[in-house]
Amino acid sequence: MDTFFQQIINGLVQGSVYAMVALGYTMVYGILGLINFAHGEVVMVGAMVALSVIQLSISYGLPPILALLIGLMVSIAACMALGYSIERVAYRPLRKAPRLAPLITAIGVSMVLQTLAMIIWGREYHAFPSLLPNGSHILFGAIITEVQILIILVALAMMGGLLLLVHRTRLGRAMRAVAEDPSIATLMGVNTNSVISTTFMLGSALAATAGVMISANYGIAHYYMGSVLGLKAFTAAVLGGIGNMYGAMVGGLLLGLIESLGAGYIGDLSGGFLGSHYQDVFSFFVLISVLIFRPSGLLGERVAERS
Amino acid sequence: MTTPELKSLLHVRNLKMSYGGIQALRGVDLDVAHGELIALIGSNGAGKTTLLKVLAGLLQPASGTVHYRGTPLMHHAAHQLVQEGLTLVPEGRGIFARLTVKENLQMGSYCRSDEPSIDRDMQNVYELFPRLFERHKQLAGTLSGGEQQMLALGRALMSRPTLLMLDEPSMGLAPMMVTKIFETIQEISARGVSILLVEQNAKLALEVAQRGYVLENGLITSSDSAAKLLVSPAVRQAYMGS
Repeated sequence: MDTFFQQIINGLVQGSVYAMVALGYTMVYGILGLINFAHGEVVMVGAMVALSVIQLSISYGLPPILALLIGLMVSIAACMALGYSIERVAYRPLRKAPRLAPLITAIGVSMVLQTLAMIIWGREYHAFPSLLPNGSHILFGAIITEVQILIILVALAMMGGLLLLVHRTRLGRAMRAVAEDPSIATLMGVNTNSVISTTFMLGSALAATAGVMISANYGIAHYYMGSVLGLKAFTAAVLGGIGNMYGAMVGGLLLGLIESLGAGYIGDLSGGFLGSHYQDVFSFFVLISVLIFRPSGLLGERVAERS
Repeated sequence: MTTPELKSLLHVRNLKMSYGGIQALRGVDLDVAHGELIALIGSNGAGKTTLLKVLAGLLQPASGTVHYRGTPLMHHAAHQLVQEGLTLVPEGRGIFARLTVKENLQMGSYCRSDEPSIDRDMQNVYELFPRLFERHKQLAGTLSGGEQQMLALGRALMSRPTLLMLDEPSMGLAPMMVTKIFETIQEISARGVSILLVEQNAKLALEVAQRGYVLENGLITSSDSAAKLLVSPAVRQAYMGS
């Protein structure tokens, strides 16, 4: 039973991170019908920028919690600027191009960002300093650290805030209107370009936060960390039904749980033949199964392919 | 000294527009004065919808001039025109199916920031269409065709239009609903809103309008008072089947 609860906790933590990143994929898809494959790299840039700012702040003698806050803020700002630029430079000129063009561009942007990060931060793994009190609690016989509690709480707060924004504000209404029909939204006086930019910036802010969370949880940051994480978050978005924000949240949490329960039990199930390092297999097994059996995802509507 | 550009609310001269080699508009002249209700009739493919889309800024014309309130419109982005009081209710209504009825109306007032009068205008729309109030929390996609047309009209009113352009408001509606919609159009006109009404149902449109234009193959072929067009043999022959 201890393993079970421990894996549930790990799964919820990992799942909150997936959910936050998946929201970025799903919001952009909802509004542009585009899968922004560079989104995972925004998570990585978020972690890396935060790392550098934190190292700098600490070298100036700032207290760890303040350093973390400054790191997070700078990283959110940097990623929002990055998300804005990606859309402006790479996707907007291709708004009317065939669907394949922006998709290939997205992969290109992702490679450029990865390479730039490698040049700036090097190929080595960086230790992400632990800045929060290292306490932990016992819950149902499982250990939960204060960092993990904080990750879950911040993720819930940010996702709640995003839902309020999208469903209760003028900007959110405009976002949903543009997602449904950009030219009619224009007739209402909505500047669709600025709404699209805002969507990229919101998704990037969540991505930056997720990058800081995951680095703080594992104590590590690396120029390559965004690519598998991005694919998994994309899987979460597809699992929940891409384009659907609740779907991204549910899909993220569910994928985190599937992955961590799978990793926790795969050793026992295979008689020790397969170890927990096979955990990535579960995510991609989920992705393939969803694509085969329920391409619209758990909460997605069955809609005809947009051309 | 007043030039015609300054006198009329909307002043269109020699407007041309083509889609990939096909000329949809071949030099359209049209005027709407303050407070007028103008009918623009014509058959399918005559260029009516294209004309409205150009006027609303959704399409860029090849050449020609459009003056609105005395200033040229060509350099405005589409989303800026609503603020100027130029509102289009597009063909097929164009409501946001996944937004609620109330949210659709709020989208209509997207460009305004005068909260108290927005609330008052919403009350007015609900009084005009009590059905919309009954359903204000429902998703707009669940409304019937007639209710969706009411919503499209109500949403347009929420922008406080000076010139309201309506593209085929009767399309696909039951006769009773058409009557209701046309009564409402007259009521909106009586409140001083200028209206450019595009209709395939020529008889209905000319009965409510003061003046009318006939658009054929991208050209205005006749323009006159609505009463005269209603009895013109050519118009009756081509658009009223008698």
